[in-house]
Amino acid sequence: MPENSTESELPLYEVFIRSKNGLHHKHAGSLHAPDAEMALTNARDVYTRRSEGVSIWVVKATDVVASSPEDKGNFYEPNDDKLYRHPTFYNIPDEVGHM
Amino acid sequence: MDEVDMELEKAFQSKIDAELKIEPKDWMPDAYRKTLVRQMSQHAHSEVVGMLPEGNWLTRAPSLKRKAILMAKIQDEGGHGLYLYSAAETLGVSRDEMYEQLHSGKAKYSSIFNYPTLNWADIGAIGWLVDGAAITNQIALCRCSYGPYARAMVKVCKEESFHQRQGYEIMMNMSNGTKEQKEMAQDAINRWWWPALMMFGPHDKNSDHTSQSMTWKIKRTSNDELRQRFVDATVPQADYLGLTVPDDKLAWNEETQSYDWGEIDWDEFRNVVAGNGLCNRERLQTRRDAHDGGKWVRDAALAYAEKQKKRMADKAA
Repeated sequence: MPENSTESELPLYEVFIRSKNGLHHKHAGSLHAPDAEMALTNARDVYTRRSEGVSIWVVKATDVVASSPEDKGNFYEPNDDKLYRHPTFYNIPDEVGHM
Repeated sequence: MDEVDMELEKAFQSKIDAELKIEPKDWMPDAYRKTLVRQMSQHAHSEVVGMLPEGNWLTRAPSLKRKAILMAKIQDEGGHGLYLYSAAETLGVSRDEMYEQLHSGKAKYSSIFNYPTLNWADIGAIGWLVDGAAITNQIALCRCSYGPYARAMVKVCKEESFHQRQGYEIMMNMSNGTKEQKEMAQDAINRWWWPALMMFGPHDKNSDHTSQSMTWKIKRTSNDELRQRFVDATVPQADYLGLTVPDDKLAWNEETQSYDWGEIDWDEFRNVVAGNGLCNRERLQTRRDAHDGGKWVRDAALAYAEKQKKRMADKAA
């Protein structure tokens, strides 16, 4: 690798796009940019060339805190045994009608 | 391989068999990661180098409309390269490493871009045949087992349909034009037909990566199957244009309900892959020059960002 390659690499930003009002922002991909402002304009050019969005978020990839797949088991476990959180846990007679 | 890895690999394969997608932080075999990094970065490089043969015609496009269309298409190719690089980075390879592999000639890109674009009809033929072949390939990749790659392919496929249609429209205009224009269109298909078929890679029996990639569902359809699909779809389109496909063995086979056709010149294929195509050196040099020439812009933008950050910090203090 040439000298100063990785240390001069522009920071990585994750891009989230709201495709229309009423919907959540959704992860679209990522891109490199020197700062947040340029990340936004680059995101517009890279991810919304055909009016795919009405709002864009960019977040520095290093600022994203993510759960890891390895602790899937014990991380989600506390909720797995609480069946009473689901409507089907309760027996309501048919005569009562839709509830 | 130790026992733990074997267990992990078994679990990994059963996930793939169950059609579950693999995501960046999931455990995956090293070879799966390596195969994907190789394939996705080469795919990204192909999009980026793919801009160059078309760039040749930006200032020569016959009308403002065609120039605007070509510009939009080239911008899409650049965008597709960026989707793919960012998807590849989720596997732990850095952007700079990938650039370095391209610029040093270590990584390959699609050989089709080492052919020159000699007349305006070549731009039509590229959109129609080259993008057509790429779409055939990429539609299969939309169901790839690696989530970020599959998602990037969905976006790319949505956008590429315009590329193929604008190319075919150029071919329609030219084959309905003057005698000279029709000759240019025929000349373009004569030169691009076989290289387009080569884009699908070696025959299945000679393809080193196919079987493992199929097991991992990185690849869903074999080279030969995709190539046949492309031939069957494209020959009637050439007929409609009144152009001749440059293959004297081409014939409809009633029994298989598809076309029989001749044989690719594999010596030419290997020669271009080895770096001896008409434009290999020029393409790489142009790419390197563009990267080096843009360095001062990247440096200045970073320096500006640093300065702004410092100013903000000083103000806050």
